Parts: sequence; C-alpha cells; structure tokens
Amino acid sequence: MSDLSRRQMFMKLAVLFNGVVGVLLAIPIVRYVLSPITRGRKSGYESWISLGSTDQFPSGETRLATFRNPVAQVSDGETADIPCWVRRIDDTKFQVFAINCAHLGCPVRWFPQSSLFMCPCHGGAYYSDGSRASGPPERGLFEYPFKILDGRLNIQAGELFTPGPSARVYDKTPDSRRPPCV
Amino acid sequence: MRLIRQLGNWLDQRLQLGAPIRETMQHPIPRDTASWYYVFGSAAMTAFGLQLVTGILLALIYVPSAGEAWNSLQILNHQVSLGWFIRALHGWGSNFMLAIVLVHMVQVFLFGAYKFPRELTWIIGIFLLLMTLGMAFTGQVLRFDQDSYWGLGIGASIASRVPIVGPAIVKLMLGGPIIAGATLSRFFALHVFVIPGSLMLFVGLHVLLVLKLGVNEWPMPGRLVRRADYVQKYHALTRTQGVPFMPYGVWKDAVFSGVILLVIAACALYFGPFGPTGQPDPRVIQTAPRPDFFFLWLYALLSLLPPSLETPVLLIGPVIALILLLVLPFFSGEGEKSWKRRPIAVLTILLTAVALGTFTNLASHTPWSPVMDAWSGAQIPARLVIGRTPLQVQGALVFQSKQCHNCHALGDVGGKRGPALDAVAVRLTSDQLVRQVLQGGGNMPAYGKNLNPAETTALVAFLETLHPAGQAAARDASLSPGEHP
Repeated sequence: MSDLSRRQMFMKLAVLFNGVVGVLLAIPIVRYVLSPITRGRKSGYESWISLGSTDQFPSGETRLATFRNPVAQVSDGETADIPCWVRRIDDTKFQVFAINCAHLGCPVRWFPQSSLFMCPCHGGAYYSDGSRASGPPERGLFEYPFKILDGRLNIQAGELFTPGPSARVYDKTPDSRRPPCV
Repeated sequence: MRLIRQLGNWLDQRLQLGAPIRETMQHPIPRDTASWYYVFGSAAMTAFGLQLVTGILLALIYVPSAGEAWNSLQILNHQVSLGWFIRALHGWGSNFMLAIVLVHMVQVFLFGAYKFPRELTWIIGIFLLLMTLGMAFTGQVLRFDQDSYWGLGIGASIASRVPIVGPAIVKLMLGGPIIAGATLSRFFALHVFVIPGSLMLFVGLHVLLVLKLGVNEWPMPGRLVRRADYVQKYHALTRTQGVPFMPYGVWKDAVFSGVILLVIAACALYFGPFGPTGQPDPRVIQTAPRPDFFFLWLYALLSLLPPSLETPVLLIGPVIALILLLVLPFFSGEGEKSWKRRPIAVLTILLTAVALGTFTNLASHTPWSPVMDAWSGAQIPARLVIGRTPLQVQGALVFQSKQCHNCHALGDVGGKRGPALDAVAVRLTSDQLVRQVLQGGGNMPAYGKNLNPAETTALVAFLETLHPAGQAAARDASLSPGEHP
C-alpha cells in the first residue's frame, strides 16, 4: 500500500468519523427543534381551567370571558391572556366558543341585537349557537369542552384553534345541545 | 498620501486581493449594458445594506419578548433620539427593497437574462425573492402589535390546512400551543439570523455568477440564443465592443443607489415609522387586522375565493407558481431574448401586474368586511326616513339595531359585504323581501330567529320604500292590479 493511498484511506476514515459525530450531535439538535411538537404528543398542552363562577354568565346571554393559558412563560406577557365567548343556554347547558374565526383566526365579535358573531377580517358570520351563517368559514366556531365543578365553569383549553384537521377533534357537540337552525 | 499607499501595499502583500479586485472591476461588459435599465440589481443590494445597518441599530433597543416588544417600540418612537427615524428608515427600506427586487425581476425576465447560460443566476434570484418576502413577513411580526398578533393567527390558520403535517407545522411555527413569547423569539431568530445569513450567502453567489458569466447583453430582436455558440458570441461581443465595468457600468449603479437611499430617507422623514398599532393583547378584540402593503393582494384573494377552493388554491397555488418560476430557464433557455418578439412574456407581466394591482386596491378598502360599527355609527340618510309612516320609521330603526347596516350600505354609508339597498324595492317584492330576511341565503345569515313578526313587518315596510323616485317598486306579477296592496 503506497503512502498516498494510506493517507487517502485515513481521509475517508476521518470523514466517516465526523459523519458519525455529526449524527450524534444532530439527534439532540433535531429533538430540541421539534420540541414544540413532541411535547404536544406526550403530555399535551391541554388542561382544565376555571372561567370563574357560573353566576357571572346570565342564562340566555353570551358574554366575553378571559383566562390565562395553562401553558405560559414569563415572557408571554399579555399574549397568554386568551379571550373566549361563553353562551349560557340554561342552568347546566353552556357553549364556550373560541375567539378565533374558523376561517383564518381573526377575533369574532358578538352582536346580541342580531344574535350573530361577525368577523372583521373576511366577513364570516355565525349564529348564536356557533354554527356557520355566512361568509368564507367552512364550519362553525370552535368550541371548548366544558364542565361545571362546585358552581364554577371549567373549560379544557391550552391550544390555539386552527381550521386544520386537529381542530375537528373538538367538534363533537351532541346534536341535542344545538338548537335547530333555520 | 504616501502613507496611505504604503499601508495599502503592506495590506495587499498579505491579503493579495488587489489584483483580483482590479481584474473584476475592469472586466469588459457589452457597451449597451452600461444602461439605466441595468441598475436595479445593485440598488436592491444597496437597500439590503441599509436594512442590515438600520436593523443592527434597532436591535440595540428592541426587546424580542412578547411582554416587552411593544413597549420597546414605543421607547424607540418617543424616547430614544431619532429612534423613530431609524425605525422609519428600516420600514421604508423594506418596502423599497421588495419593490426594487420585483422591478429587477421583471427587467431580467423581459430582457431574457434568465436564458442559457444564466439559469442558475435566475434560480438563485427566485430564492432571493422568497427570502426577501420572508424578511418582510417576519419583520411585520417583530413589530409586535395587534396586526402582527392576529397576522400570526392567520399564518397559523393557513399552515394548519396542510394535509397530515398541518398541526405539527403550526406548533413549530408558533414554538408552542399558542401565539406567545416563544413565537416572537423564533421569528426574531429567523428575521435577524437565519434569513439574513442565507440572504448574504445567496446574494454573494448571485453576484459571483453575474461576474463569472458576464452581464446579459442588450437583447436585439432576431439575435437568438443557442447553447452551441452563445458563449463564443458573447465573448466576441465583449472583445469587439466591450467597455470596462468600472467606470462605464458602475457610475450609473452608484448614482441610482444614491437616489434610492435619498428617496427612502425622504419617505422616512416625511411619513415616519410604521406603527406599532394597538398592543398585542388578545383580549382587545375591537380590531380589524390588516397585513402590510405587499401582502394585501393575498388578503383580498383569501376573501374572494369560494370557500371550497380556498385550501387547494392556498396550498397548491404557491407550489405551482414556484415550480413555474424555477423551470422557466429550462423551458425557454434558448431563442429570442427581446421583449419586442416575446408577446406572451409581456402579456404575462401585464396580467400579473394588473391582477396584483387590482387585488391590492380592493384590499385597501375591503368591501368584503362588515363595517363593525355602522349600526351604531353610520346614520340612515335623512331623505330615506323623512315623510315615512310610523311603521316604516320603525323598520328603519330595526335596520339599524339589528346590524343590517354593517353589511348593507344606504346612501353610500355602511358595509359593502352585501348589496347596497338604496333600490332594493325595485328588485324584490314584499314577499321576496320577507323570505330573504327570514331565511337568508346568497351569503346572508337567516334572521328568522332574531326578528319577531312585528320587527319583520316593520323592516320590510321600510325596505319597500327604497326605490328611486322615478322607478316603481317591484310587484307580484301573479296579482291583478286591483289586488296589489
């Protein structure tokens, strides 16, 4: 074996060695970069949080409520204070709607006079039960699952609603709870 | 003077850059290309340089934290001396950089400069355009205000529609489950490190290719590009009628760059910085978010597409556009360069410009958005209510209180989401009005549950009065004249 081909072999071994080191380093780097996703898969971001006493939501009305997102950092500031629309149908029946329009996430506003939610961005409109009334949205408003514990309204929250496939998980409102639409 | 020359010699002995730089600056370019049409590339680079400098200056004060960013922008605007001016330079510099990049691209396209052997220069240019757009979007996010917060929501909503991996992309983009601190931090990293770093690398490659392959010669109708002999012909051209790049080409580049810098500074001085608008507090929902100028066309498109087409167009459209741009130099790498003999190329540019211009113009007055305060803020013109019966006046009140005015204009005030109702009685009979109000349809919500019979009767009585003076209201043709109310 000539001296040159010996060195060429060493060169190849050195490249291989660095390749192995690179892969070893890449594993933690990739896991770090993907941490926003992998965390979601393990324990999830969702948890039950209270919106306060049910007494603040009069029957037959829809009110704005806010909560501090269960997953929040100090640097989040006001962005972790999330609003939502609470509709009280009767003593035990509620609907808690996400603030985000099901079209592109702009904040919808409730108009009690005409019983409509309207979106300022592209003109989506929803009826009082959150079902789609008109405009570009392809579905009704997103809903948080809720339960009442010790007279307090609790919702399961923690993630931004987006119109992609994951959001459909929450669209399991039983038909009996929805008043029939015209 | 002698000292400077000595220092220069000392440096060059070690760096040995003098000769290659002199050679580059003196390389021959075709005489015709020392033209005012060839100044946009260097101007884009100058604007990029301005963005680098002003960006670093802003980073001295700016705090990339969701809780603090907005306050630090206020400090820049109001407390740091001339902080507002640096912000304005950066904001206007961004608009100008994007505009110049687009003009440069159109010029290169119309002059056939993407053809053999400059295909790679074009492809790198496409990536430079994407990065410039990326800088514009991430920069808009760093101006962390209401528009930026809800703009991120729109971005996440679009990304979520990608099949299968959509939700994962959203989390990766937001850095967590919601738009918050981690989101701003990663957009800061993109805007300040990742994209500018790649931009510098790609600009370097782009310029290197221009120097290696030579500036595109002035396109002459009938002088066709052929792979077999183009390079020889180009070299023959530079040999016979070539002029040194410096000073023939460079002086015009330098003058134009200076003019652009002056215009940016003038805009910054006169118009001031962009925003920030309201605080990025999601609890403040009285807001109508709008994207920056260069994304307005997209805003319009998202409103005007039919819902069923939206996701496919959003996800597939950009991919097709990108592929078309990337394969262009391979698809038409030879042949005619002159725009005078490429009507389809000229039409493509005109069509794109008209389409983007129309969408941008539409987005600047958003006829598709309800005017959220028209029901309480915009009055029904007096002439439409004076002299009406009590029932009709009651109907006008219902029109206001039920937010009809938010989507329907009367006398040019109010929303334009639905049709203006100044002459609605000419189009619809009273029965048809009742049906439309109660059942909705044609993109109007049904008001059946929200109006009692008395309100409906009053509203329709008012709507029936809405017809021009000389034009009778519509009537039901199945009724004889005597039966008609």
